[in-house]
Amino acid sequence: MEVRLQAVVENLHARYVHALDAGRLEDWPQLFTENGTYRVTTAENEERGLPLPVMYAEGRPMLRDRIASLRHANIYEPQRYRHVVSSTLVERIDEGRARSVAHFLVVRIMQDGDALLFASGRYVDRIALSPQPRYEERVVVCDSRRFDTLLAIPL
Amino acid sequence: MLQRAWPAEGATRVPYWVYQDRDVYREELQRIWRGATWSYLCLEAELPEPRSFVTTFVGDMPVVVTRDAAGALHAWENRCAHRGALICMQARGRAERFACIYHNWTYDHAGNLASVAFRKGIAGKGGLPPDARPESQAPAKLRVSSLGGLVFGTLSESTPSLEDYLGADVLRRMQRVMKKPLKVLGSYTQVLPNNWKLYMDNVKDMYHASLLHLFFTRFRINRLTQKGGFFVSPDGAHHCTFTEMVEDAGDAYEKEGVRASGSHGEFALENREILDQVDEFGDRVAIQILSMFPGFVLHQIRNSLAARQVVPKGIDRTELHWTLFGYADDDEAMTRRRLLQANLVGPAGFISMEDGAATGFVQRGIAGSSGRAAVIEMGGSGVSGGDSRITESAVRGLWQAWRRYMEIPA
Repeated sequence: MEVRLQAVVENLHARYVHALDAGRLEDWPQLFTENGTYRVTTAENEERGLPLPVMYAEGRPMLRDRIASLRHANIYEPQRYRHVVSSTLVERIDEGRARSVAHFLVVRIMQDGDALLFASGRYVDRIALSPQPRYEERVVVCDSRRFDTLLAIPL
Repeated sequence: MLQRAWPAEGATRVPYWVYQDRDVYREELQRIWRGATWSYLCLEAELPEPRSFVTTFVGDMPVVVTRDAAGALHAWENRCAHRGALICMQARGRAERFACIYHNWTYDHAGNLASVAFRKGIAGKGGLPPDARPESQAPAKLRVSSLGGLVFGTLSESTPSLEDYLGADVLRRMQRVMKKPLKVLGSYTQVLPNNWKLYMDNVKDMYHASLLHLFFTRFRINRLTQKGGFFVSPDGAHHCTFTEMVEDAGDAYEKEGVRASGSHGEFALENREILDQVDEFGDRVAIQILSMFPGFVLHQIRNSLAARQVVPKGIDRTELHWTLFGYADDDEAMTRRRLLQANLVGPAGFISMEDGAATGFVQRGIAGSSGRAAVIEMGGSGVSGGDSRITESAVRGLWQAWRRYMEIPA
């Protein structure tokens, strides 16, 4: 195991969840490369070889559109997430890139205090290491096919 | 027989007890879901080969849908004749026979009891008596009807044919989408914190679309000022609404001062590719939403196509099973377009995510007011179709049909 690479990747994952859980949604697109892709899907669709995403963006403009829509168009009850990311496996692809698979849990907390285990699954990532570590591709594979009420904030 | 009084105003009111009352819920599972109605089961494309199956629900009843060795479709209750256990526990697959795990009684693809383990006992001892008739408790069989690749089932012998049930106008709009073989793109479930009828109310409520779903309005995708229209079946039960592909340059929303207006002017998409539509039906319709009583919705939103199945899970919980599809002959560019436009729909949909929240808000808002009623008076008290979507005509149609099945006079 490359200890430094492991630390770099885990730090990227940490910055990602801190941005989302602190409500700094505008920082989220910055964690992707300019053409980086983001896709939320389910384990069932993956296993069936079906391409349907729950949420999908190709490149930072689309990632920013998702956040702009959440800020200015979409209506949803105030809510926060608490992500827990663990068991991060890292593998170097080449000098400039790495692959990572990590587990996640997301607790959704509503304004009345109702807390729900909202999602669990795997982050399957391809990461560009320079000039700064960023996601070239992040696939969020949810264990369950069920989504409670709505999925507004990205996972 | 339910003894419930409908408000004196009649068609323009919906009393809140319809969403809250356990007796009403139990009664509607029997009279509506297991009654003379058609329920969506699956797509034929999910049963591509002989001997394939999927499991689903009709109301609260678990159901297996199969294609037999000769290619014919069947649907039957997923309940063993013996002790009532699920016969089929996998969501989908292929099978030669269906064996209940409990005592290994087996069923064929048509849901017939094929064998009873140790029926004659062992060495002349045990087993069923010769005159035993366990088939008397056989799983219920549904009548199945497929329309352009959509598979429907009904538990009642008295349900009219699917075509007669839908009526000519809604049937024609369904056939418009189901025009050639399908390709399944994937599925997921949205769990709604509300009674199933609140979701159907919402689908039939054309008035809400551009007021709740601001994504529509901010980008001028669908405003009530745009050209469109709607049909309601003669019995009120089913509806179809459509909007044409024109960018709306008017300012009716700005003049009305509604929240949905784009008067701030600062909001624009950086990448409009997710809105790019190919006019694949050749009629310049951008959005078509079709509902079939009690719990099916077919949508075309630009090039996003989907079947939505409503599954009631209690008085205040509903599952919405989304299956998105394209056509078998889609090229790569069309598939990519449909996948990008998947962002518009589903639990994370730019233009649909609010529905779950809004209907849940009604379920919570009415908690202390079962004696009060919703006001559905936009466009008057009729249930006919038309070209103004500032109307709750199709919602009134839903309640007209519901009261007829429930035998609750207005």
